[in-house]
Amino acid sequence: MAAYLLRRLLEVVLILFGVSVITYLLLYLLPADPVRQIAGRSASQETVESIRRQLGLDLPVYQQYWRYLTGLLHGDLGRSYIQRSEVSALIAGRLPASLQLMVAGILAELVLGLSMGIYSALHRNSSTDNALMVIAFIAVSAPQFVVGILLLYVFAVKLGWFPIGGYGDLRHVILPALTLGIMGAGWYSRMMRSSMLNVLEQDFIRTARAKGLSRFRVIARHAVPNALLPVIAMIGFDIGIFMSGIVVVESVFGWPGIGQLTWQAIQRVDIPIIMGVTLIAAFFIVMGNLLADIVALFMDPRIKLK
Amino acid sequence: MTILRAVLRRKLALFGLVVIVLAVLAALLAPWIAPADPYRQFFDGLTLQGAPLPPGGDFILGTDLLGRDLLSRLIHGARTSLVIGVAANGIAVMIGSLIGITAGFFRGLPGALLMRFTDLMMAFPALLLAIVLAAIFKPSLWIVAMVIALVNWVQVARIMYTETVSLAERDFIAAGVSLGASRARLLFRHIAPHLLPSVIVFGTLGISTTVLLEATLSYLGIGVQPPTPSWGNIIFENQTYFASAPWLVFFPGLAIIILALAFNLVGDALREILDPTMKGKF
Amino acid sequence: MRKLLLGSIAALGILAGPMMTTAAPMGGEMIVTYKDDVSTLDPAIGYDWQNWSMIKSLFDGLMDYKPGTTELVPDLAESFEISDDGLVYTFRLRKGVKFHNGREMTADDVKYSLDRVVNPRTKSPGAGFFWSIEGYDEASTGKADGLAGVKVLDPFTVQITLSNPDATFLHVMALNFAHVVPREEVEKWGADFGTHPVGTGAFRMAEWTRGQRVVFERNPDYYQEGIPRLDRIVFEVGQEPIVALLRLERGEIDIAGDGIPPAKFLEVMANPDLKKQVVEGDQLHTGYVALNVRMKPFDDRRVRKAVAMAINKDRIVRIINGRASPANQPLPPLMPGYDPDYQGQPYDPDAARALLVEAGLADGFETQLYTANTDPQPRIAQAIQQDLANVGIKAEIISLAQSNVIAAGGEEDQAPMIWSGGMAWIADFPDPSNFYGPILGCAGAVPGGWNWSWYCNEELDRRAQAADAMADPAQAGARIDEWRSIFTAIQDDVPWVPIFNEKRFTIRSGRLDGPEGIFVDPVHIPVHYDQVYIKEGR
Repeated sequence: MAAYLLRRLLEVVLILFGVSVITYLLLYLLPADPVRQIAGRSASQETVESIRRQLGLDLPVYQQYWRYLTGLLHGDLGRSYIQRSEVSALIAGRLPASLQLMVAGILAELVLGLSMGIYSALHRNSSTDNALMVIAFIAVSAPQFVVGILLLYVFAVKLGWFPIGGYGDLRHVILPALTLGIMGAGWYSRMMRSSMLNVLEQDFIRTARAKGLSRFRVIARHAVPNALLPVIAMIGFDIGIFMSGIVVVESVFGWPGIGQLTWQAIQRVDIPIIMGVTLIAAFFIVMGNLLADIVALFMDPRIKLK
Repeated sequence: MTILRAVLRRKLALFGLVVIVLAVLAALLAPWIAPADPYRQFFDGLTLQGAPLPPGGDFILGTDLLGRDLLSRLIHGARTSLVIGVAANGIAVMIGSLIGITAGFFRGLPGALLMRFTDLMMAFPALLLAIVLAAIFKPSLWIVAMVIALVNWVQVARIMYTETVSLAERDFIAAGVSLGASRARLLFRHIAPHLLPSVIVFGTLGISTTVLLEATLSYLGIGVQPPTPSWGNIIFENQTYFASAPWLVFFPGLAIIILALAFNLVGDALREILDPTMKGKF
Repeated sequence: MRKLLLGSIAALGILAGPMMTTAAPMGGEMIVTYKDDVSTLDPAIGYDWQNWSMIKSLFDGLMDYKPGTTELVPDLAESFEISDDGLVYTFRLRKGVKFHNGREMTADDVKYSLDRVVNPRTKSPGAGFFWSIEGYDEASTGKADGLAGVKVLDPFTVQITLSNPDATFLHVMALNFAHVVPREEVEKWGADFGTHPVGTGAFRMAEWTRGQRVVFERNPDYYQEGIPRLDRIVFEVGQEPIVALLRLERGEIDIAGDGIPPAKFLEVMANPDLKKQVVEGDQLHTGYVALNVRMKPFDDRRVRKAVAMAINKDRIVRIINGRASPANQPLPPLMPGYDPDYQGQPYDPDAARALLVEAGLADGFETQLYTANTDPQPRIAQAIQQDLANVGIKAEIISLAQSNVIAAGGEEDQAPMIWSGGMAWIADFPDPSNFYGPILGCAGAVPGGWNWSWYCNEELDRRAQAADAMADPAQAGARIDEWRSIFTAIQDDVPWVPIFNEKRFTIRSGRLDGPEGIFVDPVHIPVHYDQVYIKEGR
């Protein structure tokens, strides 16, 4: 187990290294000149070149990357070209909002998805089951920006139940979290349904029922926990999907997280910010995948049992 | 044909198929069935203050913020979605299958390298990667399709790899080897046919993902270039008005959802029909 | 040497300020919202419209503008003299002005600040404004340690020698880039000075919670008595314009910093109660289409003129709900030198077609129109596209991130046409000269420059230089006349198609008030923070 973990962690480091190389190269290829953005429109050619030299942007790309990597290994993500603050500080200022949104999004998708899935499995082939599964299909087919705008229109503009975007208390987080979670809810309800159906057919459930345990007890104590395991294993993978989702959801709701920070940075070729966010996002994604694999590993015996 | 019959037997899949056929028809016949030129900015398509016209009246679904006929733009937008959906997904499935099968079949160092590269690509936030790629190239319909393909092949590669590996280990393959079948023959006669169902399923299901990604890129203003209508960029252009002109978001949004839904329904049915073992994997 | 009384007269104006306003209420807190985080508040670096006026409240320069106007007045300088040849400026500093850290500001600080802004290590986007100071070339390339032309004569006298007469020099001294910073604080915070700003301004920094809020509090030692009026200003960031507007309607905030969101504009203007809270003003802004005169077929003046006459500017203004007025020349109406009688190239598609025929392009041609990819720019580009199609010009729209558009404009053979929206020129100071050099003069027509039309008329360049050398205030009128004629000559050559001048609509809560003009102050956007106050009774 320890050896496995060590190997996986080494892989994480290598993957992050690869991500940094590829991102740096891609950003180097952007047809825009960050120095022009920094120097402003009244700058002379000499000033521009002098700034380029100071930032090391006149060096060949591999040397530039080497400088970046050396900084990175010292825990330095560099400074924003435009905002001039430490990228780490900028990200740290934005990350809590994004994490709050992601956690709320995961909660939303689990609560919605699992309850729909359980209900469907217990009322298999009923009209509610069918309706729920159609809803699940619609949920996975709806782009987040459409869901977000529609939720805003109905629940904020028309009904006035929620604020129209913005950041603050619980009321602000509900609509963005739903938007972020709705697609996942669709997946989870389908997965949970089939996982429940699998479990319900197994011997130990039948035995439990035969022993005279109540239906509710059997479902709550035995069926659901067992059905949950393979589903929970997937949560790690959600992080990657959410890392993309927040760019859109934050833009629709004006949520002050790293998605917005990145979007602005891309508009202004603020390369250190784009690099920093990509690396942080990649780190979360890789760790999420690792987590999912580890969970799956722990469940291995049960899988073999099947 | 048996597959088609099986699809037709499922109500939801049938619905999906009908939607897809209608969308294809709309895309093909757009110039004839659209009530107006989708590019024409009608002078009386805006109020004097410059607000768009609501549905009803001369413009069935109303006008957009430039005074163009929304219905006509939606009909022409089907072309964009379908062309990108099919092309981008086709490329993605091709790249993904190629890499996945190669890695799975010729294991060893090349296979390991390919799969590590795939893992690496998995670590990128897909949308961020697409945004950066879209910023590098001058955007056009085909560039958008390429960008989406470059982001979406990864999932395909992963699953193709796993399937190839398990197929290659199956007994009958081992038997094939012992009978002295050549490797190429093995690949094309024994493995490839078994992978075909997965390719078909991905070829359908993936279109849904692609349609959504295209819409999202266009929504962010980095997809298909104006004035070419795309359901995503219609929303991008008009979203600031969603409170006073919700139809400008509602109709294109509905179009995206229904088309993506249709491909999902058909793809899911195909998966159940072609490969019962995959059930529950998603 | 001729002593100018201008300084002392204006100083009277400032003295008159508190007298006039003793009746005005003091104290209270104002909340301003923004969508974007505040970027740096370092005066040498901050260069966006959001931090520009915030910096002005934290720092002061030698010169400033009378609130609500474009009239120059001395600020940290008490008075100044200009030599007869217009090359030597001697500023006498106000005594007893203290930085927020308690130390008195002296002539050394002025020199330090100017040396710092041109030093390439500062990476200031405003360094180029100081081109006329002697020793600029050496200092800005790092060959010299400071500006040779800036001398400290005594602790309260600074003498600045120019290498060329520069009629805009006093405007430059009023720019944020020339604001005075204390060396010890800059050295203490290093690159983080922008988040720990210390100046002499009416407000001082109280709190900066990234991603949430920035709080300014009254500088009790501010040299102008009775200023600022407010005790605190809270800038809440990360607030969507639509949310901000709703909160403003509910009276939760005082100013929506990003203005009225486009979608709500018609609604607000149709609501009599809300409309009362809206102040409409002009801006020193022109949105234009740059035509690359070095790319075919725009090297032909007739083709450029045809483009100009093909575009229906009134319709474009309607598309943006009348938030602008159609333009026919580079200078905006508020700018000295604007010619109200100039007709330019009026909308006339038939004449445009005729011009194309004359140019041998009877069948039209294909070209490209670049635009930034944020709403509403692609929409405006599409309106232009349709107008051009109407006369046979097929323009493909290339909509990119603004930095990519700027990069394309900086190359001689990349972008035949650029719609400037979202990146357009908003004047740094109210002088026509600022609308020429980098964007229409030869200096900007270089790789990476901002002259996207690559227009370079050497004769006009000479005239422009001559006009800017007319530094004697007695010649001010003649100088403006000369600029007017220069811009007319430029527009007759049509390197640009001016489309519109954006208007400014500031929406504020009913409890705010202030002297005339501060809500449409051309320099302080959205409002002059030092002057605004809260009406009594609330």
